[in-house]
Amino acid sequence: MKWWRRGGWVLALLVIVVLGWHYFGRAGQSASAPAQREADAAALHDPALIARGEYLATVGDCAACHTARDGQRYAGGRSLGTPFGDVPAPNITPDPETGIGAWSFDDFWRALHEGKGRQGELLYPVFSYTSFTKVTRDDALAIFAYLKSLPPVQRPDTELGLDFPYNVRSSLVAWRALYFKPGVFQPDPAQSEQWNRGAYLVQGLGHCNECHTTRDSLGGIAPDRHLTGGQIPQLDWYAPDLSTQPGGGLAGWSAQDIVDLLKTGQSAKGTAFGPMADVVRLSTQHMTDADLQAVAVYLQSLPPRAQPAPAPFKRATSHEQGGKLYAQRCADCHGADGRGVAGVYPPLDGNTSVTEPTGINAIRSVLLGGFAPATIGNPQPYSMPPFAQQLSDADVAAVVGYIRQSWSNQASAVQPAQVGQYRHTPID
Amino acid sequence: MIRLDSLRQRLPGQVLRVALALFAFGACGAAVAQTGAAPAVPDTMQQRVAACTSCHGAHGEGSPDSVAIPRLAGKPAGYLIQQLEYFQTGQRRHAPMEYVVRQLSPAYLRDIAEYFAKQDVPYRKLPVPAVSVETLRRGEQLVMRGDSTRGVPSCVSCHGGKLTGVEPMMPGLMGLSYDYLSTQLVSWRTRQRAAEGPYCMGVVANRMRESDITAVSAWLASREPPADMHPEPASAQTEPLPGWCVMGKSGAGQ
Repeated sequence: MKWWRRGGWVLALLVIVVLGWHYFGRAGQSASAPAQREADAAALHDPALIARGEYLATVGDCAACHTARDGQRYAGGRSLGTPFGDVPAPNITPDPETGIGAWSFDDFWRALHEGKGRQGELLYPVFSYTSFTKVTRDDALAIFAYLKSLPPVQRPDTELGLDFPYNVRSSLVAWRALYFKPGVFQPDPAQSEQWNRGAYLVQGLGHCNECHTTRDSLGGIAPDRHLTGGQIPQLDWYAPDLSTQPGGGLAGWSAQDIVDLLKTGQSAKGTAFGPMADVVRLSTQHMTDADLQAVAVYLQSLPPRAQPAPAPFKRATSHEQGGKLYAQRCADCHGADGRGVAGVYPPLDGNTSVTEPTGINAIRSVLLGGFAPATIGNPQPYSMPPFAQQLSDADVAAVVGYIRQSWSNQASAVQPAQVGQYRHTPID
Repeated sequence: MIRLDSLRQRLPGQVLRVALALFAFGACGAAVAQTGAAPAVPDTMQQRVAACTSCHGAHGEGSPDSVAIPRLAGKPAGYLIQQLEYFQTGQRRHAPMEYVVRQLSPAYLRDIAEYFAKQDVPYRKLPVPAVSVETLRRGEQLVMRGDSTRGVPSCVSCHGGKLTGVEPMMPGLMGLSYDYLSTQLVSWRTRQRAAEGPYCMGVVANRMRESDITAVSAWLASREPPADMHPEPASAQTEPLPGWCVMGKSGAGQ
């Protein structure tokens, strides 16, 4: 019985590969007319366009991946971990040999919009072209003009660290057939201009969905999981669901709460930490109020989420022990009632980062502590002590279990073994 | 349809539950009122840097639990700024420090460094390692006079005559534990610590024998810190540093 099933899978995969190759591999390279090319090239020196490109590159947070720690901005070299191996981000300064100095705008557009390199090679989707494909041609031109205006840095690209078979680029044909649909964002005429701007930023340039969703075993994203939250592969943080409706990860968040978090790093409902602190510090704090409002309007329109039938709520046996630790270590700042202090310490009651399904965020926040991001709106943020050096796995599990099961929180308890699993400190 | 008799049976239980819930709610309310729903948060630097002080002590006096966690209080601000920058860029490695400083802006980092540089708190007695008299003698020789046969300059030639550091960049070596000092010298050797430019401590640490690292760390840790622990002013550095011993992108010594 089994052989034909397996054979069927192989056959299906082959069909996908052939179709994908036909559809993507052989599709002619999109190239604009000579007149258009000349106009594009002339526009690249326009200071207004360059300035707009700088803003858009900041919104897209390009520098976060394309800059190595202590490296020169946009000169690449940061190694991006995936479950399939490491992919180094390339140099995107205009160095003619090691960067994009020899690229035309058509080359850049093909990379951003179609996920193809200068030689037509398929790019690995760790470069989020699944989102960037929605970016308009005008915006792409502005970003390209900005990148071309940067001082060139000579830094040859690092070699791919992918395992077999993922290092075979043609395997991407099948992946793309399953998960990638090229196409610029199409505004919804039934929605307001503000909503459409927000949708464009969230779905396209902001590439929020690349983290705030669950990926399957091939690293792909199912369309129906849009912004429903998920564990970020390799980083081991949980990016929460972004719906503000009942059952959503941000249930009860006002538009102002969303704007506050993105602009200052904290809101009355929670504080950005882990990878989101990087996003706020490097990108969203620099967004205009109009764009932040648009993002908030769009996120508030995300549908309510189906709430799983309430499981019989069972308190951890360590609840009492957790409560004692909470009173000693946490209550001074977060309050005995778990409500925190507005604008200073985040509430824990009803905080999605406390109650998210995995418990990872609460475990790691307790272990690592740290500062909220220092931003223009919050230049001297308060901080939380790291407890990794002070509390055992069992103590961390008890106190995390306590905050996940106190006040209105009804999340699962966590085990000491889970705490041990996340004790390592993330650095790159 | 609800059958009346079953309702009658359930009612007392429900009443009891509601009463209990109300009682519990009231009790909670009282507890909240007692402890204060929103804790008063002092608008101070000390309150802001809880992530630092939980290990380094409330005023940066060092950890009471671990001799490997150094004192920050009273170190030259320029030196502290530089170390925080190095933890951000990875030039100095210690994962928990690297994570904690990650979200700081250059301005806030400076504020924090200056806050700890200003702290003036007494030194604590540190455990003195059990080493031989010869080891201590070798340590004293290296610290005070260096070892010209190995090209090792004395500690006092850069870290100040009283070994309390020199403004704005040179850290003091008094009041630090044997564990911390020896770990740092090994880190310099293995490039877990580095500095801009000619990388002077790395050169010095690599010219020392392993037994020299023990000797220097033990002698320094066994000294009674002087009454005035403030770093000396920059003008105290009369001898020019050797060409390969220039430090610091934060300004000093260049």
